[in-house]
Parts: sequence; structure tokens; C-alpha cells
Amino acid sequence: MAYIKIDKEKCKGCLLCVVNCPKGLIVQDEEISIRGVEMVSFQDKDNECSGCAFCALMCPDVCIEVYR
Amino acid sequence: MKERILLCGNEAIGEGAIQAGCQFYAGYPITPQNELTAYMARRMNEEGRVFIQSESEISAINMVFGASLAGARAMTSSSSPGISLKQEGISYLVGCELPAVIINIMRGGPGLGNIAPSQADYFQATKGGGHGDYHTIVLAPSSVEEAFSLTFLAFDLADLYRNPVIILGDGVLGQMMEPVSQIQNSRPKVKNYSKDWILNGCRGRNPRIIRSLLLGEGELEKHNQRLQKKFKEIKEKEVRFEALYLEDADFILVSYGTVSRICKAVVSNLRSLGKKIGLIRPVSLWPFPEEIIKKTAKRLKGILVVEMSAGQMLEDVKISVEGACPVYFYGRMGGGVPTEEEIFKQVIAL
Amino acid sequence: MEKTFSRPKSMRNVVMHYCAGCGHGIVHRLICEVIDEFKIREKTIAIAPVGCAVLAYDYWDFDTTESAHGRAPAVATGIKRILPDRIIFTYQGDGDLAAIGTAEIIHTANRGENITVIFVNNAVYGMTGGQMAPTTILGQKTETTPWGREPKSDGYPLKISEMLSLLPGVVYIERTAVNNAKNVLLTKRAIKKAFLNQIENKGFSLVEVLSSCPTYWHMSPVEAMKWIDTEMTKYYPLGVIKNNC
Repeated sequence: MAYIKIDKEKCKGCLLCVVNCPKGLIVQDEEISIRGVEMVSFQDKDNECSGCAFCALMCPDVCIEVYR
Repeated sequence: MKERILLCGNEAIGEGAIQAGCQFYAGYPITPQNELTAYMARRMNEEGRVFIQSESEISAINMVFGASLAGARAMTSSSSPGISLKQEGISYLVGCELPAVIINIMRGGPGLGNIAPSQADYFQATKGGGHGDYHTIVLAPSSVEEAFSLTFLAFDLADLYRNPVIILGDGVLGQMMEPVSQIQNSRPKVKNYSKDWILNGCRGRNPRIIRSLLLGEGELEKHNQRLQKKFKEIKEKEVRFEALYLEDADFILVSYGTVSRICKAVVSNLRSLGKKIGLIRPVSLWPFPEEIIKKTAKRLKGILVVEMSAGQMLEDVKISVEGACPVYFYGRMGGGVPTEEEIFKQVIAL
Repeated sequence: MEKTFSRPKSMRNVVMHYCAGCGHGIVHRLICEVIDEFKIREKTIAIAPVGCAVLAYDYWDFDTTESAHGRAPAVATGIKRILPDRIIFTYQGDGDLAAIGTAEIIHTANRGENITVIFVNNAVYGMTGGQMAPTTILGQKTETTPWGREPKSDGYPLKISEMLSLLPGVVYIERTAVNNAKNVLLTKRAIKKAFLNQIENKGFSLVEVLSSCPTYWHMSPVEAMKWIDTEMTKYYPLGVIKNNC
């Protein structure tokens, strides 16, 4: 249905995408980015993402691209 | 009979700016320069150009900053207290390498002072009243005619060096009226200078940034070095002064602006009495005419510096003379104007 | 699958210096989206403030200058009067616009200069370490109000947008926020309207955007965005404050 790509280099781990995704498809995981930040990653096993782009709207560092 | 144009100094400065193609003027009321603002209000509109009475001298200089970076010849004017408010803006203009013309019709200070003439802003203009290592070119007219021509010149120098230029007049010069023969129907040609650095929208080119914040390691120092190279070039090329009777003078007066006219009367009076006296009148206060003073001082018995202040240009004269001869000072403060007799007595006493 | 959301063209593809969760990044992006949509990148000249957003010119891909603290509206006036057909906007913080630059913003608005002002209100001075701003909320602790802002000594949060709306030269003022997706979309709509007003020569437009400063609110980015709803909007209600066109 839809998916997102996260630019891991620019993410600062603010988690605004995580809390704003209506379906909780973005989680913080253990992977540490080059910026020493606990990365977020998009996990959508059941293909629930509707491409609403709330995450991208709320990302202060323009890390998220949305595909639909 | 040729038409004689009679203007006060303030108006002559305004007309100088108009004829130099000044596109933008922002001003704020303050005596004794109000005639200039009024003149620009009328003439700039007649010429279809921009006139704004701003809410403060601070916003006026920042409007000039904007108009200048957009490619326009821009000017603001004020008097001493107002010029103090513009100092940050002037420092930004230098830091961003923006041309602009700033007129200071000096009045008595410090503080609110009075509205009588003064030359007590010499340090502020030539040593930089704003922050950081910088210079503005400072030109000091001593007649209404010269007020017109130096303002016209100021716009060329500002564009040539991309640096603000200050015209330093005073209340007498601003208010007195004299014929200005240079104003004819045919206007002097306005030279064009490259404006390939302005901000006018990045169509057909890469975007440009005009700023003075340079945070990178060593970046600001490099920028300062470039500015100092510019100031060095200005010092080499833009010194202007008037010299009288230096060939045989054994004593000279050094004075600028309105006071230099009084000194000229003293000089001619003394010469008629057989005294070998001369005069140097700096026209560019920065770059200061060090060489001529240094060279001349070697064969002088002494120099009398005369200013409407507690002695400010005095220091530059002393620096130039480097002890080659004694340097005396006579001045009047707080708007006081030295008379011919006072100066005459001073010279005789030395 | 088609890419439906990506970095606007007029926004440089670089890492921004803003703290994690700072609202400036969102507002920067919205402006660039609007500029792309109106296809005015090549006609736009921006004035960056002194404040956290002073480095905005490293992130925008159009002509930008940086004015002395508080003087952006005066600089914008100078540029707009000389280049009336270019699109001029100032981007200012609360200290820049509502403290030191109060005279400039009031008189620029009063002259009805045909420019757009983006006023980011995050209730503190961020760049200098979180001091009280004119828009600091009562009781809010800052570097210079360690026990919370208190009216007797620190005055009240300044409602500059409401003040400006009284001026006839002002055609449009709206206060929005970037603390949730809906508000971000409303902010974009407001910014778009403010730029359209300028394109159509309507006069002075200003958008006040409530934004977060997690670092100096001493909150997490998520809590800071919530605080905007629970506290800030109480004193700074969202919505259109003036719309004459």
C-alpha cells in the first residue's frame, strides 16, 4: 500500500515520527546512527501504512520520504 | 546672466545625492540636518525614487542596508546622536561589503548636547564608532559647493570599494546658503559599477548569501584580512586635502570643514603681515593625509590644529608628525565656534 | 508506487544544526514547499534573523541575507522598495521580532509593506542559551527567570500578533503551531496564504508559528510538542487573527 524511507544520517532521534504515526509503525531500535543517536526504523509487516505522511510532516530534519 | 542656484549645505548634499543617482533615502528628523530630509522628501518623489521617513535612525540605516544589497545607491542622514544609533548598522555594512552613503551634520555633544555646529564626532567617524576592525571613508566639505561635489563623489567611492562613505559636515555648513555653480541643466554622468554580487533573485545563477556572520575556523580572520587589504588600497589612492603656501611656510594651521575657512582668513591676514604661514585642510579625514603633514612638518617651527572639539584630529596630526615639530591645539567645544581673532591671537602667541 | 513526500527543491539537502525536535526545521521545510509550489525560488529573497535560525541561509537554496538583530523588517523594506516584483520574506524569532525589533515590525506593518513575515515563537531565546523572551509564558522557568516568569518583574507575555492586527496596513495575520501533523498542515496553508498575498500585492502578512525548544524548555521533543497544546496555546490561541483579503 505505502511505505517510507528514513534518512539514517540526518535522523536525530527526536521520536516525533514515532508518536505521530497513527498506526505506530515507526519504532526506536538499538541501531546507533553515525550521529550517536538511537535510530528509528519503519516496521510494517502487515502492510498497514496508508502513506498519510504524518511522520514526514512532523520530522524536523526532513529525513522521511513517503511512497504510495 | 547664468542662473545662480542658491542652496543651503543640507540641500546641496541632497542634490548631490540625487544627481549621483541615489535611488533610496531613509531619514529621521533631527536638527540641524532637517532641511536634507525635507529636500529628499520632495526631490526623491519628483525623481520617482524611494523616500522613507523611518521610525528611527536605526531602522533607517538598516533600510539602506536592504536597498544597497538589492543593488541601489542608498543614503541616510542624521546628526551626531542619530549617527550614534547607526553605528551597528555601519559595522554591518562594512562586514557585508555594502556601499552606502551616510551624512552626519554634526552638532554639539555629548548627550543631547545642542544644535550648534561641532566637529566632536571625528573619532566616531574615523576610528569607527561601531564594533570590529573597520574603516569608513570620511569626507569633510568646507563649503556648500563642496558638500554637493563630495556627496556625488561619495557614491562613486562607496560603489568602487563596496564600503560605506561618511560625509562629515556640521550645523553651520548644513544651514548656511551659498551658490552652487556645479548644478547645471546637464547632470554629470553617473558611472556604473559591477553589481554582480547583489541579491535580486537567483534566476540564471546560483543563490547568493550576503552576511557578516562567519563562524568557521579562521573564516572571519580571513575576511578581516581581505577588508584590511581594501583599506590599504583606499589609503593609497583616496587621500584628499587642500594645501596653502606650503612652499615657504615655517608654521601651518591644520583644520577641516567650516573651521578651515576661518583659518584661511587668519592665514591670509598673517601673510599680509609678512608671516610665513600656511594651511593644510584634510578633505578625506579617513584616509587621513599623513604623508603631506609628515613631509611638511620636517621644515616647520610648529603646527596649530584648530577644531570645534577638545582635540580629536589633533591626535592624527601628532601621529603623522612623529615629533618632527611641536603640535599645538586650539579648540572650542559644545558648539562653540572659534573666531578669527581667537585663532590669530593663538598663532601670534606661539 | 510514487514518491508522494520528499524534500522540497528549494531546501538544500544538508544536515541542519537545530537541536533534535526543534520546530525550526519543520517551518523551514514548509516555506520551501510553498516556494516550490508557487515556483518563486528564483524571485525570492529571504532575510534571516539573529537567533537559532541565523544559519537558515545554509538550508535555503535561494538568495538570503542576514540582518542585524531585530532589523529584518527594515532590511526587507529597503529590498522590497527597490525590487517590488521580487518576493521578500523575513524569518524571525520571538526575541528578534517582539523584543529588540518591536519598532521595526510595528512600523513596517504600519506602512503596509508588501512583504511576508514568518514569526517563529518558541517562548525563549534559543541561540543564547534559553533566556526569557517577550513571549515566555507566566511561570515558565528560563535562564533569566529561574523561578518562573513573574509579571511584576518580568511583565506579561507579549501578544504582538494581536497588536499588529490593529494596523490598517496589515491584511493577514494567523497564529498556527507545528506541534502535530494537522497543525503543520494548517501552518503550511497559512504560509501559503501569506506568500500569495504578497504575490498579489495585497500588503503586509504575518504568520506566527508556535514552535518547540526542547533543549531550553528542558523537555523531550515529544513533551515539548505537547506543552504547546497544554500551556502555550492557552495564552497564544491558534487561529486567524486578521484576514482582510
